[in-house]
Amino acid sequence: MDDSVHSLLPVWACLASLLAVPAIVLFRREPVLREGATFAAGIAKLAFVLAMLPVVLSGKTVECTLVEGIGGFAAPIRFRVDALGLLFALVASGLWIVTSLYAVGYMRGLREHSQTRFFAFFAVSLSATLGVAFAGNLLTLYLFYEMLSLATWPLVAHHQDKEARTGGRTYLTYLLGTSIGFALPALVFTWQKTGGHVEFDSARAILAETNLGYWPALLLLLLFVFGFSKAGLMPFHSWLPGAMVAPTPVSALLHAVAVVKVGVFCVLRVVSGVFGVEILRAHDLGTVLGWIAAVTVLVSSLIALSQDNLKRRLAFSTIGQLAYIVLGAALLSERALTGSALHIAAHAAGKITLFFCAGAIFVATGKKYISEMAGLGRAMPVTFAAFFIGSLGVIGLPPSLGLISKLHLVLGAADANRAGLLVVYLVSTLLNAAYFLPIVYQAFFPRGAAAADTPKFSWRGVREAPWACVVPLSVTALLSMGLFFAPGVFLKLAQAFAAGVTP
Amino acid sequence: MDFLRTSVIPHFNYWIYVILMMIGLWAMIGKNNLIKKLIGMSIFQTAIILFYVSIGVKTGADIPIPAHHAHHDEAAAGAGAREEEDKLDPDAFANPLPHVLMLTAIVVGVATLGVALAISQSIHKDFGTLEEDEILEKIKASTHDG
Amino acid sequence: MAEQLPALILLAPLFGALLVGLAGPRDRRVCFPVVLGALAVSLCSAVGVLVRVLAGGPVDYFVGGWSEPLGIGIQLRVDTLNGLVLVVIAVVFVLVGVFSIRRAGEENTEKSPQYYTLFLLLAVGVFGMTVTGDAFNLYVLVEVSSLTGYALIAMGSSPRGTVAAFNYVVMGTIGASFYLLGVGYLYMATGALNMAQIHEIVATTGAGGSRTVLVAFILILAGLWTKMAFFPLHGWLPNAYGYCPSTSSSVLAPLVTKVYIYVMIRVMLGVFGAEWIFEHVGWTNIVVWLATVAILAGSLLALAQTEVRKMLCYLIVAEVGYMVGGAWLANRWGMAGAVYHIVADALMTLCLFLAVNIIVKRTGRLRMDAFDGLFRKMPLTMAGFAVGALAMIGIPPTAGFFSKWYLLRGGIESGHFEYVAALLLSSLVNAVLFFRLFERAFFGGNPAGGHHPDRTAAESGPTQQGWVGDSTLLGGEARASTLGPLLAAAALVVAVGLLNGPIVSAILRYFENMPVLGAP
Repeated sequence: MDDSVHSLLPVWACLASLLAVPAIVLFRREPVLREGATFAAGIAKLAFVLAMLPVVLSGKTVECTLVEGIGGFAAPIRFRVDALGLLFALVASGLWIVTSLYAVGYMRGLREHSQTRFFAFFAVSLSATLGVAFAGNLLTLYLFYEMLSLATWPLVAHHQDKEARTGGRTYLTYLLGTSIGFALPALVFTWQKTGGHVEFDSARAILAETNLGYWPALLLLLLFVFGFSKAGLMPFHSWLPGAMVAPTPVSALLHAVAVVKVGVFCVLRVVSGVFGVEILRAHDLGTVLGWIAAVTVLVSSLIALSQDNLKRRLAFSTIGQLAYIVLGAALLSERALTGSALHIAAHAAGKITLFFCAGAIFVATGKKYISEMAGLGRAMPVTFAAFFIGSLGVIGLPPSLGLISKLHLVLGAADANRAGLLVVYLVSTLLNAAYFLPIVYQAFFPRGAAAADTPKFSWRGVREAPWACVVPLSVTALLSMGLFFAPGVFLKLAQAFAAGVTP
Repeated sequence: MDFLRTSVIPHFNYWIYVILMMIGLWAMIGKNNLIKKLIGMSIFQTAIILFYVSIGVKTGADIPIPAHHAHHDEAAAGAGAREEEDKLDPDAFANPLPHVLMLTAIVVGVATLGVALAISQSIHKDFGTLEEDEILEKIKASTHDG
Repeated sequence: MAEQLPALILLAPLFGALLVGLAGPRDRRVCFPVVLGALAVSLCSAVGVLVRVLAGGPVDYFVGGWSEPLGIGIQLRVDTLNGLVLVVIAVVFVLVGVFSIRRAGEENTEKSPQYYTLFLLLAVGVFGMTVTGDAFNLYVLVEVSSLTGYALIAMGSSPRGTVAAFNYVVMGTIGASFYLLGVGYLYMATGALNMAQIHEIVATTGAGGSRTVLVAFILILAGLWTKMAFFPLHGWLPNAYGYCPSTSSSVLAPLVTKVYIYVMIRVMLGVFGAEWIFEHVGWTNIVVWLATVAILAGSLLALAQTEVRKMLCYLIVAEVGYMVGGAWLANRWGMAGAVYHIVADALMTLCLFLAVNIIVKRTGRLRMDAFDGLFRKMPLTMAGFAVGALAMIGIPPTAGFFSKWYLLRGGIESGHFEYVAALLLSSLVNAVLFFRLFERAFFGGNPAGGHHPDRTAAESGPTQQGWVGDSTLLGGEARASTLGPLLAAAALVVAVGLLNGPIVSAILRYFENMPVLGAP
């Protein structure tokens, strides 16, 4: 293709945070310098990503081959940045800076142990995330996918106690188990079928010619979709609630943005780059995938309703929102794919705010359960205001980017003539509102025991969390709101992606 | 009886080596004493040596040593030697090659036996016995203590 | 000079062994330079030969210039297949040589010259098995490497190691004898001992159809399987490698089983021929099933172990199943995967054994608790271990991932999904095994020492949080002579993984004239 630009920018963007790791380790006794290294890396990373933006917006791709492939059997390790990859990279690297600030406040506020290990692996995780975003073929994608699973494990089990270890084990069992058990054979199968081509678009072209039968195609699709279980499709979702034992910054960035979005990103890549819309339409595989996602959407929303632990409720909500994105991909219409890509950004901004709030509440009061938070809004007005805005984003109400992405998804479902799935979107939106808005309402307008200001709900002396926590959550809340008025870049990238993959 | 005439008697060398081999194998696996195992090992190896030697045999053939030694002194006269060799009748001599191979195999066998005996000596030093069951019991006891 | 390279690979360690054996007892300082010098010559020669082979095809070397083997001669033959294996063997020997600088003296106080003599003789045996082009010479070299192996295992101070060595002698002798017997039958049927000649006779004359050749093949295969610890003939391996001196296990565990795999592939392709094996005999299904069982059994037995070194030993048993299965898939991907896995597995096993030997020595423990909190105490050693472990699990970009990648393709292409499933399952079991260790290494053995903000804050406030508990970053690290080889091995595991393209393309070219393995 002529419209590709060779550049080392993706490599630098990916390496920026990895190169910060030695500095982080070296300055382990100087927290200021250590966190300085993190911020420097974050800003550099974002700058590298932004530098690619004009190129990608002009319809070109940025390419860079790290290890050359050979003929029909050895796949190269290659970066190829297109609109979808850049959109995701932009979200991840932008939010990393905010999260780093938050992590400083949170970790110091709670006087957590092993902070150096925490920041080091956080940086590695971000490198892996960008590696996935920029991956130009399935092999590279898988490489960074696995790297991300491994790098986030020490973060999940950070607390080192029994619960954290169990959470960590579940995490790895699910993520490694599915990636080795399903995704790897799917990869090898694709590689064999295409005669060694695992580059995204050429794999699609060859696969279209080989004319897989219905059952092999379905099997392959399911292996991929369940293999990339970071996407949290049921029944391979339970690692995500388990991972909530992690410190909140980890839950916020990794389990609302980076890790889980890597999962749906992989699904989007497979759907658009390996199978392609034509094959999926021809075999009507979109329906199968769509209903798997739809069941996940509904079931996870219902489970979320019953969770009292705030972070667990957020986790189940995340599972549902991820399935939204997969569902959008399964609809195979241009508008739905735009919505899917955009929802990566919209949900990220909203959900990270919610997690930040949950963490801020924990730092300020030590409370984890929703039932204990009644009336807390008066003591922590900023936090709960942000929580409200964040939940608007996730529910898809104005003013938030979530509205725009959900509109695309719903209209996409209409485009694809899938009334059933459209109803799923609408019902689940109601459920989203049902599990988020009461939290805010209770916090500001407590009823019953809480309203009576019993000792349990006495918030005298409780103040907002440290500024390092409050500022990031305000920033992301404003971001979620601001993007409603100016979705420009994200919308353009999402549309460019969708237009590129639909016939 | 028919079986004996057609299969056993013409191939008696194979039967003998197989029987010897089985005896050796049985001793290696079944015997409790380490030295007896080694004796079995030697029988096993010797059986194979017998097999090799026996396949070099030809009916009516002599030992493979040519009678004429004339060309030994003048090794340079290669062409003459070649002619002389051509005159020899291969059927008159047993195949020397298996014998040569077995010289090496015997050396290897002796070396193996030597190593094995050294190891059993060391075992005797450690455990004070060469009976396998007693050794295993002592190992079991020591791991329980540890 | 360049024509002599194949012989030099063998002769350098042989004369080195003589020198060490004679001069070593007088002055122990002679040992190490001689060992390293000899092995360096071997390594350079091996690389030189490989370069020549890649440029100009197979290299034949006739010892003494007897170019037409009359019945028996000593022919060395290097082609892509064994050129690659030779280089890996040489690399492993050099690395373990460096590793043993001070180890050998500590573990065998009196016997380090003897140790080095045996070490070099083992190199002669293993190199010889790889380069020889003669079926009977192969037997002799098998015994050379086995005898030195027995002695190296029995050298340790552990009584269990000595008993294991005795069992190994018995099992090893049975294996070698079966091989010898097989060669005898082959000689009866073909009248030749040179591998190339046998191949020609089996392929072109009616000898291929005779029952004698089939019996020979069965006997040879049984012998080699015993020697390579192919389940259920693996009984000798775990205790022998689990309880021997660390310097011995570091070299035996990565190489011995792998070299026998190579020998099996050589015998299959170079002696009997791929057509004969896969079309005339055609036991592909049975052997792949046996390999599947071996993989599963090895993995599950590894799961049951409490001692780390023995766990690794059972993993070797599983890996042998990988390679036997790959070689018998009867297509070029499986075969190429098996050959590539010889290279990859030698390096990653080396990596793991070096790391575990360092750790066992450092902590004085054999069980899993040796790993408690090690990421803090010995970050570099653990990094090396982690690379080896990730390769065993099959995480890209390590070599272990790519060998699995090719083996899986072979399995899918030939429709042996039981083998594919076993490979994946064994990867998962490896993940469980190693993350059990990583968890201890990261977080310590005691779950209670966890998240107590107040207590940890009192002990060391947020300003005091360090990557390492000690005052210096690498204060608890192993010494450079042991750490260096480990890190070099880890780097090679990654490098071989990244270079899988060129390596596998060279291997695949080797199969080009074997149509039975599938068209290129």
